Amino acid sequence: MSEMKKIKNLKEFSTSADRFEGANLLCPGCAHSIIVREVLNATNDDLILSASTGCLEVCTAVYPYTSWDASWIHIGFENGSTAVAGAESMYKALKTKGRLKQPDRKPKFVSFAGDGASYDIGFQWISGCMERGHTMMHVVLDNEVYANTGGQRSSSTPIGSSATTSPAGRKSYGEKKNKKDMVSIMASHGIPYAAQVSPNKWKDMVKKIQHGLSVEGPSFINAISACTTEWKFDPKDTMAITDLATDSLVFPLYEIIDGHELNITYRPKNVVPVEEYLAAQGRFKHLFKDQYKYLIKEWQERVDAQWAYLQRREEARV
Amino acid sequence: MAFDKLELRDIEVWDGNFAAAQALRQCQIDVVAAYPITPSTPIVEGYAKFLADGYVEGEFVMVESEHAAMSGCIGASAAGGRVATATSSQGFALMVETLYQASGMRLPIILNVVNRALAAPLNVNGDHSDMYLGRDSGWIQFDAYSPQEAYDLNFIAFRVAEDHDVRLPAMVHQDGFMTSHTAQGVKTLDDDTAYGFVGDFKPMNDMLDLDHPVSHGVQTEEDWHFEHKARQHRDLMLNVAPKIQAAFDAFEKLSGRKYNMVEQYSMEDADVAVVCLGTSVETAREVALEMRKEGIKAGVVGIRVLRPFPFMKIAEVLKDVKAIAALDRSSPNGAPGMLFNEIAGALFNTDTKALLSGYVYGLGGRDLTKAHLRDLYKELQANVDAGKVTTQLQQFIGVRGPKLAFL
Repeated sequence: MSEMKKIKNLKEFSTSADRFEGANLLCPGCAHSIIVREVLNATNDDLILSASTGCLEVCTAVYPYTSWDASWIHIGFENGSTAVAGAESMYKALKTKGRLKQPDRKPKFVSFAGDGASYDIGFQWISGCMERGHTMMHVVLDNEVYANTGGQRSSSTPIGSSATTSPAGRKSYGEKKNKKDMVSIMASHGIPYAAQVSPNKWKDMVKKIQHGLSVEGPSFINAISACTTEWKFDPKDTMAITDLATDSLVFPLYEIIDGHELNITYRPKNVVPVEEYLAAQGRFKHLFKDQYKYLIKEWQERVDAQWAYLQRREEARV
Repeated sequence: MAFDKLELRDIEVWDGNFAAAQALRQCQIDVVAAYPITPSTPIVEGYAKFLADGYVEGEFVMVESEHAAMSGCIGASAAGGRVATATSSQGFALMVETLYQASGMRLPIILNVVNRALAAPLNVNGDHSDMYLGRDSGWIQFDAYSPQEAYDLNFIAFRVAEDHDVRLPAMVHQDGFMTSHTAQGVKTLDDDTAYGFVGDFKPMNDMLDLDHPVSHGVQTEEDWHFEHKARQHRDLMLNVAPKIQAAFDAFEKLSGRKYNMVEQYSMEDADVAVVCLGTSVETAREVALEMRKEGIKAGVVGIRVLRPFPFMKIAEVLKDVKAIAALDRSSPNGAPGMLFNEIAGALFNTDTKALLSGYVYGLGGRDLTKAHLRDLYKELQANVDAGKVTTQLQQFIGVRGPKLAFL
């Protein structure tokens, strides 16, 4: 079990020793760096990290610089999870064989990837890692779009969003398919821990990261990562948009333990209408035309239904 | 140590796959990440069984694809330990992206490639399509013609690849079924001698050295990419061949078995020569001896190290030959064969008057018979007698239907 880091308040959290440097090339207002810092700051343990090809990778390790003060590897778009699984296997082998250089330290293995690299191209690799039971955590920086390549739809892109390959136009409201339920799919592998997190709810996030890092076996974290560039909002509003996502229940925060025990971890005191979340972002602007307003109503109904489902799952304890 | 040694007879009867699996056991691989594919599967099955029986210690990671197999190998190697796997054909093709990543990241992974045709049409038998697919990937490529060589070359591959002046991955090729599934006598090394030749793994830039974090696989654009690629190429051109030669020399001292970058058989006074890879070398050796009884001074050149390509050595070996046949066991699909081109390149700008012709043969496991080679040597002799290439420059041999010849 890892030694849990005690974090009293946000100031202490934000000023704790940083293994992810502020010197990086991510857009101003990008939530990726906030999430990564929160994940890394949740533990004092040594870390072996990976990033799949994507915004995080291209912005944090451009030779001859690196933003990472922990061992880090990038191979390709689809295989960041397996890179870490390979490293974890080597750790186990060297431990068995008595060849670890610091045998009394037990590093944690974490792979970061975007939704494109997780929901789409890296799906099989992540499923393999989860199924095989590596003691590792996979964190999705879920900005619901291929942001690094300029805003194409992924299977995480929500219905009605305008992406460059599913653009809104004279005869289209944009993306036609609903977002893939990745957390359920990963939980269905029977892994010890799966959760959705959001960087605005940092205490909830730290608790979940610490839980995930403390289990033997795989854990899966889906983190909403508001994208100022592709969601089209002012960079200063990242946290406000994220607040709207969690408080409208568009992005509910919950965890699934051992593949079945679901706990809702955040219940907004005042639930915000989905319409407010949509209205704050340029990618949904067209939905406010008269002919598409029915989609906003459908959005609200879908979010309500999902919230009801999560609550029933939680009550049922199955 | 928490594993048991195996007592081997001086000569064991092994096929190429089991010979490679035994070599991996004796090298004490730390991590094998693998995915099954015919005909290479028994290599990793062998490692898994040795692990299950306590004859090796390590982690066997049975992943969900060949791409993941090499991805896992890359992660494991970057973490800092000895890593190997095996594949063939479609699996090799699926790995290609990661092959470039492994070599660009300078990770000394050993990949046993049991050569097999590439679909379509689907085919499980041996040709060199996969080997040729790997030739620009930045790996060292050794070619074994027999189970003995598949065994020996694994030790040599680890010793070269893991050298800190090299730090490049290496493939050990053997022919699907012809070598991989054909049992022959294999002279063994005892466990201690074999491991001693390879030595302990010496980590470098290992991610698991927790006091010295490293970033592997970073981004370079037009500012640095070229320098990285150029350096890798330079190391392959200048550093690797001497290291391979040193390993060959050390192995000869240890075992009495001598390997060369370019193997020569009956070449001292040869007028005509066949240049080929894999099991065809053995067939050609037999035929060359028979042709000599008929008055044709025939020889055989086998490529032992495909990458780095022994360009200068090839030119030296072939400089006095009058007619050369380059045999390619992979469809060039719209060009002369790879060996034809490489040999032509090696001989160009030299004083040689050698006549060069190319032959494409054995696709999808089609046999190359002694009769084929007899005809071929006779064609070469006819070229010598005529003072020019009397056939078209590229001929297909052993294929049904009207004769196929081009150029």
